[in-house]
Amino acid sequence: MPLVLNEEQRMLRDTARDFIQKDVPVELMRQLRDDGSSTGYAASVWKKMVEMGWTAVAIPEAYDGLGFGYMGVGAILEEAGKTLANSPFFSTVVLGASAINSGGSQQQKESLLPLIAAGELTIALAHEESNHHDPANIQLAAKVDGDQLILNGKKVFVAEGGNADKLLVSVRTSGVADEQNGISLVLIDRSTSGITVTPTTMIDSRNYANIEFNNVSVKQSEIIGVVDSGFAILDKTLDYGRICLAAEMLGGSQSMLDKTLGYLKEREQFGQKIGSFQALQHRAAIMFAELELTRSAVVAALSAIDEDSDDLAIMASLAKTRANETYRLITDEAVQMHGGIGLTDEMDIGFYLKRCRVCIHSLGDSGFHKDRYASLNNF
Amino acid sequence: MSNLDTFRKQTGDWLEANCPARMRTPSKRSEGVYGGRNAVFPNEDAKIWMERMVEKRWTAPEWAPEYGGAGLSPEEAKILVQEMDRLQCRKPITGHGFWMLGPALLEYGTEAQKLEHLPKIARGEIRWCQGYSEPGSGSDLASLRCKAEDKGDHFIVNGQKSWTSDGDKADWIFCLVRTNSDGKKQEGITFVLFDMESPGVSTRAVPLITGDAHFCDTFLDNVKVPKENIVGEIHKGWSVAKALLVHERKMMSELERNMPKGKYSVVEYAQHYLALDENGKVKDSSMRNRITEFLMENKTVGLAQKRAFEEGMAGVLDMRVTSIFKYVGTENKKVKDELIIDMMGVAGAGWDNEQFSDDEYYRAYEWMSGKALTIAGGSSEVQLNLVSKRSLGLPEQ
Repeated sequence: MPLVLNEEQRMLRDTARDFIQKDVPVELMRQLRDDGSSTGYAASVWKKMVEMGWTAVAIPEAYDGLGFGYMGVGAILEEAGKTLANSPFFSTVVLGASAINSGGSQQQKESLLPLIAAGELTIALAHEESNHHDPANIQLAAKVDGDQLILNGKKVFVAEGGNADKLLVSVRTSGVADEQNGISLVLIDRSTSGITVTPTTMIDSRNYANIEFNNVSVKQSEIIGVVDSGFAILDKTLDYGRICLAAEMLGGSQSMLDKTLGYLKEREQFGQKIGSFQALQHRAAIMFAELELTRSAVVAALSAIDEDSDDLAIMASLAKTRANETYRLITDEAVQMHGGIGLTDEMDIGFYLKRCRVCIHSLGDSGFHKDRYASLNNF
Repeated sequence: MSNLDTFRKQTGDWLEANCPARMRTPSKRSEGVYGGRNAVFPNEDAKIWMERMVEKRWTAPEWAPEYGGAGLSPEEAKILVQEMDRLQCRKPITGHGFWMLGPALLEYGTEAQKLEHLPKIARGEIRWCQGYSEPGSGSDLASLRCKAEDKGDHFIVNGQKSWTSDGDKADWIFCLVRTNSDGKKQEGITFVLFDMESPGVSTRAVPLITGDAHFCDTFLDNVKVPKENIVGEIHKGWSVAKALLVHERKMMSELERNMPKGKYSVVEYAQHYLALDENGKVKDSSMRNRITEFLMENKTVGLAQKRAFEEGMAGVLDMRVTSIFKYVGTENKKVKDELIIDMMGVAGAGWDNEQFSDDEYYRAYEWMSGKALTIAGGSSEVQLNLVSKRSLGLPEQ
């Protein structure tokens, strides 16, 4: 399980860093918020990401992808996290494409993956049904009607739910809530009759929606994987998402640590730089230690995806828990060490603080992942 | 098969053929082998095992052949460690000479010093101890006062050293002495080596809370030290001292991996000592959370060390990162010791071999002795000072 980037991945990271620092700075995020952008990202930025081949990074070469693997995807998301650069990349490439690639039929892969690679198809995962991440708690009913499924129910907190071309929906084809058996995954056009998308505004100014399904009809051929047995694909997709989201969170943490260290070296009180005070030095050192430990866990988890490791679930829960706690610590300390100015809208720190908390509740908070880690380790 | 695969195979085969069966069982704490003039072995197999490894030059595998080593590359040395772990081979010999003085001599010693001292360490002939701390100089080590008077071709040393591990059993000492009291405190320190049998050297063992007394106060009364025993330059021993501390801290940060393993893994301790529900889950949710947090931290620290190794191999290692290892490694070890005795409940506080199992007694001992890890070799607070100043560039007060 390699823990260093190879030459190809390093080049990808450097290109991503240059592009994001120059074309997608945190000022762009501020602009989108101030303009009340409904999508939460700039179409021109997404277009360039597609042109640079990012949508093809993790897709196998057989389906017009580049096959760089998830170490490459993680490198891009870490850079994006540094400036809070938003785009459909995460929901489409990490969640959408990986679900199709791991669970889809040959025909689905051939028809859908090249479209994603070309930037012509965006996907949102419509999964959660409550305020807490709870993968098997699916009630949205899908009844068989000839060669069709009829969907009734609702989803909440769907990232990119108001933007994406298609929705990847977890549905219950049999059994009851909390059972892993009986869950299926189905891909459906967002514009299908009976789907009502209600945008919700979240503190991170990105696009989320609550989505209602009212007698929505979809062909059974749109099921990804086998009916009733979608949970394994879903859980694997969620693990990819948890790990890649942790990579974004790592970037945000790095950015806030750097900004805070800069302030400690510049701000003077009591006639000296505040960074000379041991009370702050030790806390800064702990932030650095936490960040580097978390970086190790995230890199190892990305590597676990690329190696198709049996430890994928364990590594995902480890990486997400660490990213949750590190990002929380560093954004909190960034505010505290900047003092009052850290709470001003002008300072950007608040953007990271808010994004951090949305990330924490996306794809599992630390309580969820610690419980899962313990169960996976048989205690 | 690549060269390394071949090496792995040959190493495994040799270990299987040469490591006595009794040396492939977990080592008890009283069974360590340290060599020296008065070497003590827990049994005949331990002696045979050390001698075979000395002959193979695998006691200090990375040292050059002229210094008693086998000249293995870092990758090969790592494979040797992995194979020894896999086959549960005990360390044939250990001690301050191997992981502290040896690396410092390789960096700062003269050729004559290396040829004189390294082979004797590698062959287990001379056991070393460390003369760093003094009664008034702990975390502020550079304030040390042990005085060395310049007498031309030698020094006369007077003073006292504290916390000399096994000072009463070691043959030689590497010692920091003050050769100049003017100017900055770091600039008048000299790093010297001398024989513990030199006239004027005496030791007194200091009993600790564990009941052990392997630390000594060491008294130096007009001890004669020839100048050829200076390592590095006169007055500039602080650089050598710091380099050696880096090795000491590296070893301490890896202690968790290198220590004799307890009877059970942490999860097995939980399964053995705690109430479980019908699904095998630990019933006490706060304890289950503590176990999880420890396992996650422990796994992550291991991954960070592995990452640093791989980055070093790839030539992209950020040295700032290694500065956290002593702090995170020893804090993690302390959390583990505390967690295990808590899982044992009252048995974790037991202190006799009759009513409590050997392992219960061992864990209580381990918990007490573990408290030293975040103090020795530069306390956690000193480590955080170093991280914040050297790695993060925060200003001096």
